[in-house]
Amino acid sequence: MYKPPDYLLVDELLSEEHKIIRSAVRDWVDRSVKPIIENAAQNHEFPIHLIKEMGSIGAFGPYIPQKYGGAGMDQVAYGIIMTELERGDSAIRSAASVQSSLVMYPIYAFGDEAQRMKYLPKLASGEWVGAFGLTEPNHGSDPGSMLTRFEDKGDHYLLNGSKMWITNSPIADVSVVWAKDETGVVRGLLVEKGMAGLSAPETKNKWSLRASLTGELVFDNVQVPKDNLLPNVKGLKGPLKCLNSARYGIAWGAIGAAMDCYDVALRYAMERKQFDKPIASFQLQQKKLAEFLTEITKAQLLAWRVGMLRNENRATPAQISMAKRNNVNMALQIARESRQILGAMGITGDFPMMRHMMNLESVITYEGTHDIHLLITGFDVTGISAFG
Amino acid sequence: MKVLVLISNVPDTTTKIRFTGDNTAFDESGVQWIINPWDELALTRAVELKEAGSVQSITVANVGTKATEATLRKALAVGADDAIRVDTEANDAFAVATQLAAIAKDYDLILAGIEASDYNGAAVGGMLAELLDFNSVSAVSGLQIEGDTLQVNRDIDGGSQLLSMSTPAVAIVQKGITKEPRIPAMRGIMMARKKPLNVVAPVGADDRTSFVNFELPPAKAACKMIDEENAKEIITLLHEEAKVI
Repeated sequence: MYKPPDYLLVDELLSEEHKIIRSAVRDWVDRSVKPIIENAAQNHEFPIHLIKEMGSIGAFGPYIPQKYGGAGMDQVAYGIIMTELERGDSAIRSAASVQSSLVMYPIYAFGDEAQRMKYLPKLASGEWVGAFGLTEPNHGSDPGSMLTRFEDKGDHYLLNGSKMWITNSPIADVSVVWAKDETGVVRGLLVEKGMAGLSAPETKNKWSLRASLTGELVFDNVQVPKDNLLPNVKGLKGPLKCLNSARYGIAWGAIGAAMDCYDVALRYAMERKQFDKPIASFQLQQKKLAEFLTEITKAQLLAWRVGMLRNENRATPAQISMAKRNNVNMALQIARESRQILGAMGITGDFPMMRHMMNLESVITYEGTHDIHLLITGFDVTGISAFG
Repeated sequence: MKVLVLISNVPDTTTKIRFTGDNTAFDESGVQWIINPWDELALTRAVELKEAGSVQSITVANVGTKATEATLRKALAVGADDAIRVDTEANDAFAVATQLAAIAKDYDLILAGIEASDYNGAAVGGMLAELLDFNSVSAVSGLQIEGDTLQVNRDIDGGSQLLSMSTPAVAIVQKGITKEPRIPAMRGIMMARKKPLNVVAPVGADDRTSFVNFELPPAKAACKMIDEENAKEIITLLHEEAKVI
């Protein structure tokens, strides 16, 4: 039975409501994710039925107001949900991150009332799946150089270009696509499934996030109705605000993967005997476990503090970068090291370490790479950009 | 039909049990509290019946201190409409049943879990029915409502029984009453914030039992592994060490 660590009694920083939220999502992960996720990852299949289930428990857009199908929760609640989902698998958390922070959030923050009412309830319930198109084949860390463009054709916009590494694009009912207008200003367009000229081929043969659907978005003279332009944002700050929200969620999510690895490794080390003693009695194993717990505890406090700042609308993008970068790296290192505690058993699908480890190789790259986040902190402390 | 579901606040089933005060009291430090799993099944069935239109309202009730309110809030998040907490310590089944009888007489149907996972007393539901002079049926594994009548399935030795009973009634439920406990949705958790949780003063009721002493079960003995080819050794051990043959 899963026993998450709480060395510094971080639970005492949470409200009773936060704990109910956590137990609800944890129960759902135990019931619906844990039993099937290993096979899904081994078979490189997205368990698509979980989209509706996540919708029904309210994992999509928990901080979006109830009027639009969300739950109206705070940022710490959103973080807690992400932690529990990622304990199951980063693929499941990714689906929730994209739907919540990259699709529902921009429609809520930058859309008009008609767009909010049209899309948000369906996305919240999981009836519709959303995707977010920013990264392009030749423009990843430098999205400002994107080539995807649209022209004003009077009664519609004409969209051309392509996006890559897009979670859920092959099944998305609506995609928030960032493209430049004729003056070179980045705008957001809501592109719906079935629009002529839109295709979304799946990206296969991944060694990471194998239980997640990834694909491209290709726009070949797609006619987008004018009502589908997000009216209330111009420029890169639109997608970057979405990424802030998603990165914040990832900072919490990674803790879930790390806690899962720690919990399994501790249990294994106490039970596995070599030289007539549990391997937990050897100093090298204790060193690993003690360091895991230290790093998880630091990550918990970092995530909680950034969450409280976000509740007050005071968290800066650079603070969020620090939390995302630190916590994902922490989880990746714990996945790798905890695998070693399990020896050969750790490479099998009977234990979650290799799956988490491979997933986290994506998580440390997407939503701002490990290196780029460091440059964001560097820029913040020196005032000198080292990006390009 | 107005339904009351009794909610016992119990330690999480994975809690490591410890005692204090020279083994006279349960050590509550660090314990996570949950809805008693059988009560959670009862509540889930009540919510299903409400969704099907045969229940008008669901109240949840608990006898306990303020510390039990988080558990009642979770019950509200699952789908109860309001909650009652009788503000006193719950130490004795008859005292608890007496407190509940004071608030339960106006309900048509009372659902109780067959036992609570802490002390496994399995007594409150039956006592409450007796104090209220309500019909009661135990070991209920299926429940339907038709008008004012309850259709109740009971597991009996070697089979099952279908009973029809009139209200007001107490149904003491067990596994099978629903498929699995309902997980509260995020919106439900937020709505629970605004639902009434009424605290009522206890009536006079003395405990009829008291805890004298607790003991943990003996530690599990080491498992002796015997080669599958060595039947003789296992017979020798069963005869000479275990002395069972």
